[in-house]
Amino acid sequence: MSETYHLTTPLSDETISKLKSGDIVYLNGTIFTARDAAHKRLVDLLDAGEELPFDIKGAIIYFVGPTPPKPGDPIGSAGPTTSYRMDSYSPRLIAEGLKGMIGKGKRNKDVTDACQKYKAVYFGATGGAGALLGKQIVSAEIIAYPELGPEAVRKLEVVDFPVTVVNDSYGNDLYKIGRAKYEIK
Amino acid sequence: MREIAYEEIVKNVRDIIVYSASNLPEDALNAMKKAYENEKSPVSKEVLKQLLKNADIASSEARPLCQDTGLAVFFVKVGADVKVVGGLLKDAINEGTEKGYVEGYLRASTCHPFTRANNKDTVGYNLPAIIHFDIVEGDKIDIEYAAKGGGSENVSRAKVFPPAAGKQGVIDYVRECISDAGPNPCPPLTVGVGIGGTFEKAVISSKHALFRDIGSVNEDPEMAEMEDTIKTELNKLGIGTMGMGGTETVLAVHIEANPCHIASLPVSVNVQCHSSRHTHITI
Repeated sequence: MSETYHLTTPLSDETISKLKSGDIVYLNGTIFTARDAAHKRLVDLLDAGEELPFDIKGAIIYFVGPTPPKPGDPIGSAGPTTSYRMDSYSPRLIAEGLKGMIGKGKRNKDVTDACQKYKAVYFGATGGAGALLGKQIVSAEIIAYPELGPEAVRKLEVVDFPVTVVNDSYGNDLYKIGRAKYEIK
Repeated sequence: MREIAYEEIVKNVRDIIVYSASNLPEDALNAMKKAYENEKSPVSKEVLKQLLKNADIASSEARPLCQDTGLAVFFVKVGADVKVVGGLLKDAINEGTEKGYVEGYLRASTCHPFTRANNKDTVGYNLPAIIHFDIVEGDKIDIEYAAKGGGSENVSRAKVFPPAAGKQGVIDYVRECISDAGPNPCPPLTVGVGIGGTFEKAVISSKHALFRDIGSVNEDPEMAEMEDTIKTELNKLGIGTMGMGGTETVLAVHIEANPCHIASLPVSVNVQCHSSRHTHITI
């Protein structure tokens, strides 16, 4: 049976160990955004031995490129983008201490192996629920790469941001488990 | 010869873009409600509920349904007895697109294919629009519009089969495409299948098939039957809403078939996510 948790960032190894594929989690606190272009730059910084624009230890990265905010709003619509495009970068960030990723869609074996090795999880948020998810973000600030527009790195404060554990730190995959139950061969 | 002002087209295009970003059309909303009723998996059902709530928030608060507000795609039928005055029709559509995306606070998702630089500073905001023109009888301009997201576009594919592949070859190809895609294109999906023509004709037909209202019946009874067959096959995949596992993986399969070369059987599969933002106006 799946459990429901309310968690506040940063996440510890102990917290990660509790989470299982299928669990529902409401996230609170600070999370960071990055998509393809920003991921490339983050990994380039690590390769050059330079500091990242935020503390990655225990952090969560949300794969999102929001719409521009309307006047008075912190952010526009902000649902997840497809995660596999970050697969070539995520293992490196996980090795540096990244504990959670939020996106939608499948991850490759390198990512799920890194989740097991370094204790991290991949959360799925509901793709196409951008209006609903955007309302759980109470503040947003661009902290790096403003020239990337929607792909800039943002620091977000979230309240009860709803996600589901897709890949846990034990090698389970919710997409495989869920599909196997309903597939007719 | 009827005259239509350039500015009238700009305004109409701007308005449908802003409206479509926050308001799921009735056919798509009804299809999602039906999927919610029919879904057997409690997890997928819960996610469908979240998506229906999202549609409600988007519409009542005029927020984009999805942060991927798409590339603007148009199919435009121009009556032979219409003249646009004050500028070119193509420019009017592009100007209306830019206005819609800027004034509606929608995301500019266009970029250079390799530098990935966003071209809004040099070309325009979310430009150029993708426009397919046709010339027809009459004195009206008919515009079909859709905001096409990237996630579902990324799993789309096309192939030219030998004629011997036949109907079963097409069915297998579509099944393989949707099975491989799994959760990535944001199911439940509308699947556009373009068959026949040349390579590019099949692809454009598969795109245009997505503009048809979900729930409408194909005018060609043979294709209508094939749509039902493919839909049943795809729902056996068990992918469910957002890949969580379930019985409702596709909302509809739409086929557009064309005559083709005696040597070829071109097939294209264009995938549409559950947020099927499409609309149709006549000026």
